[in-house]
Amino acid sequence: MNDIPEPTDSASLVSIRGLRFSRGGRTIFDGVDLDIPRGKVTAIMGPSGTGKTTLLRLIGGQLEPEAGSVRVDGQEVARLSRGALYALRKRMGMLFQSGALLTDLNVFDNVAFPLREHTELPEAMIRDLVLMKLQAVGLRGARELMPSELSGGMARRIALARAIALDPMMIMYDEPFTGQDPISMGALVELIRLLNDALGLTSIIVSHDVKETAAISDYIYVISQGKVVGQGTPDGLQQTDSDWVRQFMQGLPDGPVPFHYPATDYAEDLLNHDA
Amino acid sequence: MLEFIRQLGRGGIGQFAKLGRANLFMLKVLGGFPGLVRRPGLLVAQLWSVGVLSLMIIVVSGLFVGMVLGLQVYNTLVDFGAEESLGVAVALSIVRELGPVVTALLFAGRAGSALAAEIGLMKATEQLSGMEMMAVDPIHRVVAPRFLAGFISMPLLAAIFSAVGIYGGYFVGVALLGVDDGAYWSQMQAKVDLFDDILNGVIKSLVFGWVVTWIAVFEGYDAIPTSEGVSRATTRTVVYAAFAVLGLDFVLTALMFGD
Repeated sequence: MNDIPEPTDSASLVSIRGLRFSRGGRTIFDGVDLDIPRGKVTAIMGPSGTGKTTLLRLIGGQLEPEAGSVRVDGQEVARLSRGALYALRKRMGMLFQSGALLTDLNVFDNVAFPLREHTELPEAMIRDLVLMKLQAVGLRGARELMPSELSGGMARRIALARAIALDPMMIMYDEPFTGQDPISMGALVELIRLLNDALGLTSIIVSHDVKETAAISDYIYVISQGKVVGQGTPDGLQQTDSDWVRQFMQGLPDGPVPFHYPATDYAEDLLNHDA
Repeated sequence: MLEFIRQLGRGGIGQFAKLGRANLFMLKVLGGFPGLVRRPGLLVAQLWSVGVLSLMIIVVSGLFVGMVLGLQVYNTLVDFGAEESLGVAVALSIVRELGPVVTALLFAGRAGSALAAEIGLMKATEQLSGMEMMAVDPIHRVVAPRFLAGFISMPLLAAIFSAVGIYGGYFVGVALLGVDDGAYWSQMQAKVDLFDDILNGVIKSLVFGWVVTWIAVFEGYDAIPTSEGVSRATTRTVVYAAFAVLGLDFVLTALMFGD
């Protein structure tokens, strides 16, 4: 029933074809095709509630698509056995919006967590590795702090250090810029690009912060109402002919997405009430 | 009317679905036990927070329950001149019933609610999801050690409760009310049977430990990941655990002491 084309482009690490997914009777994705090229920073943008986080969960195998395929490094994620899925996840890092640090462990132990769970490395080597990862995000001095003592921006940088602890091939960022002050925003923007290039990663950023995301992305997909409505390089998207994409990229209050939620006529609403 | 029946049916199906989820969940938790053999440190840390930190409330409650029991039973027995039997009456009440049951209820309130809230909050703050994405199974890493710690702690806590309770009865009966010291202990020694009484009490506390901890970890894991969802899960843990303990206590008592 579903014609799923084989991924032809080996240059893409993640390839999504004809993805359909719905939850609670609401269609979230309806025929989404995406390619995430290796070694690049690819952004997936769209208004809140378009299922951007859901897309990351589909790529990570935490959710299964209803139709279509999600392939990561040539493997069909939904068809993997548990063992193979876990092996694949060791090669993926994911940065949650909240950071998702383990609250009963301090910063050092949080970054050491994946190393201790998945390797038999001696403690001295784990220490060195953790300090190197913390140094990379600029928080080596914060190793003794508990997650409750960190600011939101610091927590995200620690989570980033943890995400790169196992030297993954890819990192997925879920709304990395939301709720950050300008300084930590700048630090995160800088770090994402730097880590991608220095470690040879592939990065996927899910975000609705247009300016910051466009500044570091190589390619952008814009998703709305379950479909890809625009794609291109950041510069290319600025010159798009789609009114919708222009409204989103430039943050215009009115346009194809109206300012007003659908309602009956205003004057009529004011005058004709029964009370 | 039709709507009422429909809702009843929907609620019933929902409960059965939840029961099914709870059983599948239990199987996965059991699957995490072999991993704990390799990493006993995880279990020890939970034995501390589930078991050792519950000690205080168990010891204090045990002492007072024993003292009240000593006083009440003495007042009844003394009318018949049978106050020498105080020791055996206190010991049997505590070892057979109050030890396992009151410990389980306190354990549900102290450790069960904490477990449900902790796991529920870990879910709400995406910590469990984060673990999954780091290829670490949260049921094995987080739930299994907590469950096993609860199952091990509960009978030990019940034993401590019973021992302290018997000393509470001793304190009131012998030290304050003047029951004969030798009679208190020797009657107890003669009438309390290792298998019929103590072992049955231990079996009860093992069953309660299993059920209370199961309810706690499942409710936490199954919680709706919001503050309200976690608070409901915590409340449900204590309520369901109390019902389960009291209901099962009747069944177990009927099976053990029914003839």
